[in-house]
Amino acid sequence: MSMRAQPALPALAKVLTGIRGFDEITRGGLPAGRTTLVLGGPGCGKTVFSLQTLANGVRDANETAIFVAFEESAERILSNAASFGWNLGALTPDQLFFFDARLSPETVTVGEFDLVGMLAILEAKVREIGAQRIVFDGIDVLLALLDNAAAERREMYRIRDWLNHMGLTGIVTQKVSGNESDRRFGFLQFTADCVVLLMHQVLDGSAFRNLRVMKYRGSGFAADEFPITLTSAGLQLTNRGPTELAYDVSDERVSTGVARLDHMLRGGYYRGSNVLISGAPGTAKSTLAGLFAEQSCARGERTMYVSFDEGAKQIVRNLRSVAVHLAPYVESGLLRMFSTRTRGPNIEDQFSDLRAIVREHNPSCLVVDPLSALSTKLSHVASADAAQQFLDFLKGRGITVVNTSLLDGVNTDEVTATGISTIADTWIHMSYVVQDGERNRALTIVKSRGTGHSNQVRELILADDGVTLTDVFVAQGKVLMGVARWQWEKDSAAAKQGADEALERRRLQLRLAQAEATARLEVIRSEMAARSAEIALLARSKGSASDLDATDIATLHGLRFGDDDDVAETAPDSPVSEQPHGQGT
Amino acid sequence: MATQPAERPVVKLRLYVAGNGPNSVLARANIALFCDVENEQTCDLEIVDLLEFPQRALADGVIVTPTLLRLSPLPARRIVGNLSDRDKVLLMLRAV
Repeated sequence: MSMRAQPALPALAKVLTGIRGFDEITRGGLPAGRTTLVLGGPGCGKTVFSLQTLANGVRDANETAIFVAFEESAERILSNAASFGWNLGALTPDQLFFFDARLSPETVTVGEFDLVGMLAILEAKVREIGAQRIVFDGIDVLLALLDNAAAERREMYRIRDWLNHMGLTGIVTQKVSGNESDRRFGFLQFTADCVVLLMHQVLDGSAFRNLRVMKYRGSGFAADEFPITLTSAGLQLTNRGPTELAYDVSDERVSTGVARLDHMLRGGYYRGSNVLISGAPGTAKSTLAGLFAEQSCARGERTMYVSFDEGAKQIVRNLRSVAVHLAPYVESGLLRMFSTRTRGPNIEDQFSDLRAIVREHNPSCLVVDPLSALSTKLSHVASADAAQQFLDFLKGRGITVVNTSLLDGVNTDEVTATGISTIADTWIHMSYVVQDGERNRALTIVKSRGTGHSNQVRELILADDGVTLTDVFVAQGKVLMGVARWQWEKDSAAAKQGADEALERRRLQLRLAQAEATARLEVIRSEMAARSAEIALLARSKGSASDLDATDIATLHGLRFGDDDDVAETAPDSPVSEQPHGQGT
Repeated sequence: MATQPAERPVVKLRLYVAGNGPNSVLARANIALFCDVENEQTCDLEIVDLLEFPQRALADGVIVTPTLLRLSPLPARRIVGNLSDRDKVLLMLRAV
């Protein structure tokens, strides 16, 4: 942004005016060694613009300059400029020379005259002090005495040629108060290398000053109208903000006051960020802002609540109905409520007052409710600039700001037009969803810089015991909220219950079948055991018979005293000897 | 007036011109005519070329050229322009 860093193009050298914003839109200031025409009606700041440029040149660039005053005395100009803190009184005539070019009232004009003499005097002075810049302020006053358009034109050309010849960076101011003047001095606009128009307009009772660069030979420039203000530092363009956006950034999160919203934002708002809550009337924007303020106070942080259009007590009462209690914090002094009307004498003054209160209370969290009240009543561009400047100021102080903005419907064009959306780090949009004969509040996060965030719509529910967010359901391509959501939840709960019951029935059936199988298994196992026992018994029986065969037959034989051949013959009488024949084989 | 020329006060004049620019040449000629009419004895005229003596012009508060100053009799008078309207110049310089 800073033009100081860029090397001047050899084709067109420029000199900085030191007027905040002007050097930016002209990409470096006024054309060096050339003539700039400053046009404007009375009270537009032509003299201030010119004098400021000279004073800055003397102070910042160690230049010397001459101010040729055709309209006012040097003393008068100096005393008028005293409020700007340029400290002109400290400058010597060798640094800034005032040439009083007013003709005394007793002067009588007889015939034509010219400026050859004046330029000769000035030339001597330029050489004497080595001046680089010169201003001709209100030359039309003198030229009007010529009462001859051709002569006036001739003298203007004379000045321009003289400036070129001298290599001076010149500013010529010219009153423009109507078509007549435009015709009379219109040619100037063609001969000058740079033309700056200062305007003064009144909108809805508030005064606005604007500046527009009409022409700049050999250079690009921003051709828009820019609002200007007269501050203690002099004239400045208001919408440029700080030329460098170098805020301290924090990773710390600040609770939104709604747990689920914190979750949607992955932990809350960033500390020091700008939050915009937009939405139609009654979508609980103030409630969300109030929750943020309450949460901030609960953490023990100094907090400020700026409301336009609604009184502080009314806000406190209304928020109490949704269990947001601000009153204790107001009493303890932790929370500063500030209510004001948007229709003031001047929007700049209003923000100036706000700044003073912010400095005094020094809050770390701040609510502006609603910021859009400013833009709806006043000129959009001017108020948005003022608002932006105010927000920049807050951001510079590291204050976390929640702004509400009134929007009808979901038309986001308006908020974009006010320019507020572009400086908001987090933008939450509240809307109504009308469905099945009811109106429900829906919350969406439009954007949130530097943090992941939920893309889902949530339903905001205000209840006596507080504020909650609930999921919304999408069924058959429709978002369900309110009663429809309740119905859906009930139906799905019933369906789930039915399913659970069916499952349980099935489980029981299976358990029964399992039990049956187990029982059957038990029977079989018993049978198995019985058979096994039987087999064992049989085996034992057979074993005893065999033993008799092998060991006792001989004994028996011995007992009977029979022949060895008769052993087999005698066996059939024994029941033991019969068994191998009947079963044992 | 012609019968009592000696009693007429001396008119002290200083004319600032810028070189030989058209208006300066005209002013010189016109003031010379005025002094002729008035009588040279009563007309003390000094012509200053501003291009040579800018500091003098600055001291006298001269802004444009030509500028004619009537230094005396008082009150001082100041006329700017090429003095093309001689009747008006006469009126201005004679008036007391």
